Amino acid sequence: MYAFDFVKPSSIDGAAEALQEEEAMALGGGQTLIPSMKQRLAAPSVLVSLGGIAEMRGVCIADDGAVCIGGATPHAVVAAEAAASYPALAALAGGIGDPAVRNRGTIGGSLANNDPSACYPAAALGSGATIVTNTRKIAADDYFEGMFTTALEPGEIITEVRFPVPQAANYQKFLQPASRFALTGVFVAKYADGVRVAVTGASEGGVFRWSEAEAALSADFSPAAVEGLTVSPEGMIGDLHGTPAYRANLVKVLTKRAVAAAG
Amino acid sequence: MPKDHGIGASSKRREDVRFLSGRGRYTDDMNLARQAYAVFLRAQVAHAKINKIDTTDAAAMPGVIRVFTAQDFSGVGGLPCGWQVTDRHGNAMLEPKHPILAEGKIRYVGEALAMIVAETEAQARDAAEAIVMDVEDLPAVVDMKAAAAGGTLVHDDIGSNLCYDWGFVEDNKAAVDEAFARADHVTTLELVNNRLAPNPMEPRVAIGDYDFSTDQHTLYTTSQNPHVIRLLMGAFVLGIPEHKLRVVAPDVGGGFGSKIFHYAEEAAVTFAAKELRRPVKWTSTRSEAFITDAHGRDHVTKIELALDKDGHFQAIRTETFANMGAYLSTFAPSVPTWLHGTLMAGNYKTPLIYVNVKAVFTNTVPVDAYRGAGRPEATFQLERVIDKAAREMGMDPVELRRKNFVQPDEFPYQTPVAVVYDTGNYQATMDKLLDIADVAGFEARRAESAEAGKLRGLGLNCYIEACGIAPSNLVGQLGARAGLYESATVRVNATGGIVVMTGSHSHGQGHETTFAQVIADMIGIAENQVEIVHGDTANTPMGMGTYGSRSLAVGGSAMVRAANKVINKAKKIAAHLLEASEADIELKDGAFSVAGTDKSVDWGSVCLAAYVPHNYPLEDLEPGLEETAFYDPSNFTYPAGAYACEVEVDPETGKVTICAFAAADDFGNVVNPMIVEGQVHGGLAQGIGQALLEGVSYDENGQLLSGSYMDYAMPRADDVPSYVVDHSCQTPCTHNPLGVKGCGEAGAIGSPPAVVNAVIDALHRGGITHVTHIDMPLTPGRVWSAIQG
Repeated sequence: MYAFDFVKPSSIDGAAEALQEEEAMALGGGQTLIPSMKQRLAAPSVLVSLGGIAEMRGVCIADDGAVCIGGATPHAVVAAEAAASYPALAALAGGIGDPAVRNRGTIGGSLANNDPSACYPAAALGSGATIVTNTRKIAADDYFEGMFTTALEPGEIITEVRFPVPQAANYQKFLQPASRFALTGVFVAKYADGVRVAVTGASEGGVFRWSEAEAALSADFSPAAVEGLTVSPEGMIGDLHGTPAYRANLVKVLTKRAVAAAG
Repeated sequence: MPKDHGIGASSKRREDVRFLSGRGRYTDDMNLARQAYAVFLRAQVAHAKINKIDTTDAAAMPGVIRVFTAQDFSGVGGLPCGWQVTDRHGNAMLEPKHPILAEGKIRYVGEALAMIVAETEAQARDAAEAIVMDVEDLPAVVDMKAAAAGGTLVHDDIGSNLCYDWGFVEDNKAAVDEAFARADHVTTLELVNNRLAPNPMEPRVAIGDYDFSTDQHTLYTTSQNPHVIRLLMGAFVLGIPEHKLRVVAPDVGGGFGSKIFHYAEEAAVTFAAKELRRPVKWTSTRSEAFITDAHGRDHVTKIELALDKDGHFQAIRTETFANMGAYLSTFAPSVPTWLHGTLMAGNYKTPLIYVNVKAVFTNTVPVDAYRGAGRPEATFQLERVIDKAAREMGMDPVELRRKNFVQPDEFPYQTPVAVVYDTGNYQATMDKLLDIADVAGFEARRAESAEAGKLRGLGLNCYIEACGIAPSNLVGQLGARAGLYESATVRVNATGGIVVMTGSHSHGQGHETTFAQVIADMIGIAENQVEIVHGDTANTPMGMGTYGSRSLAVGGSAMVRAANKVINKAKKIAAHLLEASEADIELKDGAFSVAGTDKSVDWGSVCLAAYVPHNYPLEDLEPGLEETAFYDPSNFTYPAGAYACEVEVDPETGKVTICAFAAADDFGNVVNPMIVEGQVHGGLAQGIGQALLEGVSYDENGQLLSGSYMDYAMPRADDVPSYVVDHSCQTPCTHNPLGVKGCGEAGAIGSPPAVVNAVIDALHRGGITHVTHIDMPLTPGRVWSAIQG
């Protein structure tokens, strides 16, 4: 780890200001950034902790029924506090990493990092969530721009994420055996105006919507509806843990299972 | 009624009190006054010519004391290899120089290029980044068969990448070929025994220290065998006489073989401590461990089994490519040869066996012994090919094995691969296994799995291993450059307490408990009257350390021998005190008595007399009560058993779940059943890890793809089932005093074939009959791909 300065502002404005510093980086729960720094792969000049901003923590229900999660809310809090309002989201949060990760890692940190194998991007995209920042609101469909790439501008802070609550939803994660990130994960959510299917872990382009399955499931929300569909291995990740063809297979298998589990 | 103390009791591990409460004293817990910190600059490419290493800027960095490169070590030796294999043509293996820091060429990612010593570790790390390397990349040699065929050389000066081409038993080759020519059935299997990273919980650490006033060197290190390190490093690398060198291996957090070997960092910090007149400490990071700790396994094998029409084994023929990595690690050449070829008979009567092994240099981390070392590789190929033969011939895999077992009345049994099994009962362990694994109930469980859309399979296999390494005269003939005896001193104190100083070394096995149980039992005193000391060359007799499941069989035997010397002397003292004939003295429950009388004297009084010899036969007997013994075994020991694994395969994802695992082992006599079961559990977890999860992977450029826990999958608690283990089938070893065989490696040796056999069985029962083998690790992706065909 290289030397760096550390600040922990208590307001969003204070954090935004601190992030204007050259080579400053925002620190959520540090579950990716701190290991990267220890490996000397990241070298921020200033680490701006978002952990001291009270208004960025916690789970609440908006007037329109959406579940609103503060950007600095740890996964374990989401797992506990969203369990009644959005069980599929709470279950996803409760399945991230291990207890240490879930008690430190935050939803804002995960979405800002946009690891192609992370779980939260699937929930956000699959729910059509709104990513609220200190400067604007971004629809999930406009937010994810590829592996580790998002619509966030430098210094922009995710303050809240708003999830419309579906009629039924489920997340199926197939574990990469070593890291236990998603080798592939599929989030299926059924809304009054249609079904959304978001896939993480599989594509070289990061999280994506499987539109053929969405159309089929919007017409018939049953596992059989996707039986006849095929997923192309084109553009899928190939590595030690699975070929593109294997991941393409998992997309379909997990979608069926998510639909079955969502009921 | 189980015993509550002594031999046979499940005494609680006394060392666990400190291990579990954070009070263990590991090498990294030690910090010496004026200590400096070493960091190694390591190769980022697998193969390159070094034009220049410019350390000018690095040496000027804050806190830097000195930067060492290969030139600084020009006056000392390279790292020695402890075993010389002779090839099938009678020639010695090729043995390249193994420098402490890379000389002229980089040969693997992770090789140490320079050592930076600074006031702090962070300063040393900063300085390492300031070293300027001028290198010319060379094509990397990664694939073994390509390496053996020639082309780019890992070591230009030895002229070949083939370390040796070994044939065993070479004189049998023609007869084996003939047996294959006339066999009714031949089963052939090509397989890979996957390369593993050892991953002990504690990474390696070394602290060099030098006392200018006495010219004494001390190395504190994470070693399984401190005396061996003292001998190798002192005599062969740094030229320090053994009386001027002390090696201390305090609490060590696991080794699995990887801490047997003498590593460059140990010599480098010892050397630097004298140069700088300061203690120098190096602590491996986990990332460094992946690219510097000797890896294990990495064999590519073709095995053929010849059978007659009734399924009797006629002959076995194998060809194996064994990866040595870039240099010969300490015992690397012995692993694919004498620890592998001699086990190819397994539990069976196969009259003719020929094993060919081609050891190959590649641009990868050196490969050496890892839990089981050679024996897992032998067991895996043999038990897989037997299963395949049974399926091809339509025979029951259990019956095919039973038919070929060495029978209980055939011991001692001379195998065609040199070793003589002293004792065993393979039918008994198989019977026990079928019972504890509830094989009779399998079909009902399979039907239940099928209803849930899962394919259930049952895999069984046997194993045998050669432990208690080893008769020195025999291994000397086979190329070992060391003896393999063990030693112990039993020191009785004046008030009766005992300190045993053993040459064995505990790095988790529980010596402090089990060795004390044996002594307490022999004398009839409480276990807490016995203390076990190990791990420091300054206060233990020359010992060869712990590996190869040898501690109790060899080290325990040395201790029993020393204790018997003590008891014999104590009897003389007791005879004097009781005014009786020594021949009439009996020791029982901590007291000496005169046979047939009620006269007795307790253990403590005899010990006191030995050290306060007022009433003592001084003209016939020296005062004191302390004896040392060395024990050199007359044969290996042969633990054996039968294992069963039940799996469920998800045909849609290829995921394998282990539902049940049963192990029936014959370890001979057992000193502490709880510790034995723990050893089996650990071994099974590692074997299951090899079968399903673990695998070191390099790309074609020699870059490690599995260099962290993000990509190298270690088994976790939820990857393994609750085991059913049994060691009640006991045929005691016939040639050591405790009748023990060793249990440390059995689980890792016996379990991989059971897992793979079970997966193949599941697929066949599920109608997926085109799959005859899948290479380990059986990841979901590999199993799914195999199912797709």
